[in-house]
Amino acid sequence: MTMHKNPIIRTVLISLWFGLLILPFSDVAFSAEVSAAIAVSLFAVMGLRAVMRSGAASGLRAASARISDTASMLANSRKGIPALTALAIFLCVFPVFADRYALDLATQSGIYIVLALGLNIVVGQTGLLVLGYVAFYAVGAYTYAILGTAHGVNFWAALPIAVFLAGIFGIMLGAPALRLRGDYLAIVTLGFGEITRIVLNNWDSLTGGPNGISGVPRPSTGFVAFSSLSHFYYLVLALVVLTIFLVKRLNDSRIGRAWIAIREDEIAAEAMGVNTMMLKLLAFMLGAMLAGLAGAFYSAKMGFVSPESFNFLESVIILCMVVLGGMGSIAGVVVGALVLYLLPEALRDLQQYRMLIFGAAMVTIMVFRPQGILGTRRRGIELSLKETA
Amino acid sequence: MELLVQQIINGLTVGAVYALIALGYTMVYGILELINFAHGEIYMLGAYLGIIILGFLTAVGLTAASLPLAIVITVVAAGVICAAYGATMEKVAYRPLREAPRLAPLISAMGVSIFLQNYVMLTQGPNDKVFPNIIPKNGFTVLGAEVTYLQLFIMGSSVALMAGLHLFIMKTKMGRAMRATALDKKMAGLMGVNVDSVITVTFVLGSFLAAAAGVMVAMYYGLVNFYIGYLAGMKAFTAAVLGGIGNVPGAMVGGLVLGILESLGAGYLWPEYKDAFAFIVLVLILIVRPQGLLGVRVPDKV
Repeated sequence: MTMHKNPIIRTVLISLWFGLLILPFSDVAFSAEVSAAIAVSLFAVMGLRAVMRSGAASGLRAASARISDTASMLANSRKGIPALTALAIFLCVFPVFADRYALDLATQSGIYIVLALGLNIVVGQTGLLVLGYVAFYAVGAYTYAILGTAHGVNFWAALPIAVFLAGIFGIMLGAPALRLRGDYLAIVTLGFGEITRIVLNNWDSLTGGPNGISGVPRPSTGFVAFSSLSHFYYLVLALVVLTIFLVKRLNDSRIGRAWIAIREDEIAAEAMGVNTMMLKLLAFMLGAMLAGLAGAFYSAKMGFVSPESFNFLESVIILCMVVLGGMGSIAGVVVGALVLYLLPEALRDLQQYRMLIFGAAMVTIMVFRPQGILGTRRRGIELSLKETA
Repeated sequence: MELLVQQIINGLTVGAVYALIALGYTMVYGILELINFAHGEIYMLGAYLGIIILGFLTAVGLTAASLPLAIVITVVAAGVICAAYGATMEKVAYRPLREAPRLAPLISAMGVSIFLQNYVMLTQGPNDKVFPNIIPKNGFTVLGAEVTYLQLFIMGSSVALMAGLHLFIMKTKMGRAMRATALDKKMAGLMGVNVDSVITVTFVLGSFLAAAAGVMVAMYYGLVNFYIGYLAGMKAFTAAVLGGIGNVPGAMVGGLVLGILESLGAGYLWPEYKDAFAFIVLVLILIVRPQGLLGVRVPDKV
């Protein structure tokens, strides 16, 4: 891209460049429109910057810093208790006034929160990049779907089996993969996720192939059949609260600190006596178990599972929830899950444009807040020598 | 015997395409340590551009006059446009994140990927697009197996492009700058290498090759749609890892090996698991030989 000193000429050149890029895929009129739209918005941004530079900038920056601090404060300090109480009350009475659609969104968001928190243990806490996380989710979902339909097993009996199986899968994948580092680990887990999906797609006798399994029963106990959506909402709400509690306790424990040590510097952690192999495997297993748990709830909620729901894009979106919200921070991950699940829903009116905007939003958020929406500034002290070294 | 030869020839054709895409992954990884998840979409753009440009050339009448010339123009034009896309992508989505935490550019890349898929779906429609039926399907027989001229063309031009890339990297000043940057970005910068332009050139070259691969695949299969980039990209990335990521000859070897393995696996073992085959091979190789076929084991730095 040509860079020109004069901002006005530069803006014109940039918009012309994008217009030219679009030209082969559409016609002249559309490219000209897009070009003009880009020019107008760039000029608007320039104008806004000029206004902000004249004093408002510091105030705005302080406000944005305050927003990102508030959430972590809410989770940590006593000042947050009234707000949290209000949130809890709101969540408890939510089904009273929410319609079916809102309730369904809320329930599914809860499932995503559990998934994202599970992946956060592996990616955010321990720093292992996993791209096939959806495989564990699929294991949990299919385990309950198969047990519930073909063998008539009660949800509550199937749940531990689903979680256990997902955990076993986590260990099976983790044990060989954890010898690999960084991106190699990422790609092996990606391969594993794809293999899982392709197997689900082809093992007709067990998984029903591409048609999936339908008629998965809703959970029930002796007293309550969680058949209505609002009952199921409370169930998922309880699951989310339990997961947040569990993850929070884990983070603050000796294990959690060891995970952070591994994330920050694996070799140093090992030298300090952290059993890195076992702890990485544990992170993997716990992450997988949470995914299995979420999976079982997912198939019970939908009443239907098919390989389509467990594709690579799903893994990507869960990973984005973790990274976009702010890696390692529980509040961040919850916000990330809500934003990424609800944003495409909110954009539903824009119909076919929504995924386009979604993709652009992912890039924009990362470019302007690489540490995530609620990401904390890097913990720990960096040696200042590092800059000059 | 015929089946074996046929599968190897088919595998080499597909493998050559994987290798071309894999080069883009491996070059970017070698320099930025970034898995450029949007690279598969550049290949998809290239396939679409192949159809669009060849359609345009047919309308102008060039295809009727000289088909080989039209195809060469198509490949070059698609390559240039995709190179522009690649450079823009780097500038918009990756450059601001060069100093950011490691996962940020990865998420940004996935955003670009989703964006480009939907962009093509919106401008070109969600249905399959058919390549103009002007490529001759005839060929000749070798050891009882059928080789079409198109397959020969794909293999030949892939080899030519790869040889060109190799010469560029080994013989030119910019190529030397690229190698230096891959070894040590900071040091190369201190030695007067313009790291920014090296990175831009890397994206331009990778995107050009991916576009060429896209045009050739569109000719080979005759059909494209907006989601072909994902699977091809994954397989090409597998090929890059197979050969040792960051290693340019490795990507070429990895692509060919993967193409042949996949084609043999689908031909002899389980055709329905064709797509899983690449990943199984990948997992096995990485566990046995994590540095890839041609990679060198890099000791961890303290």
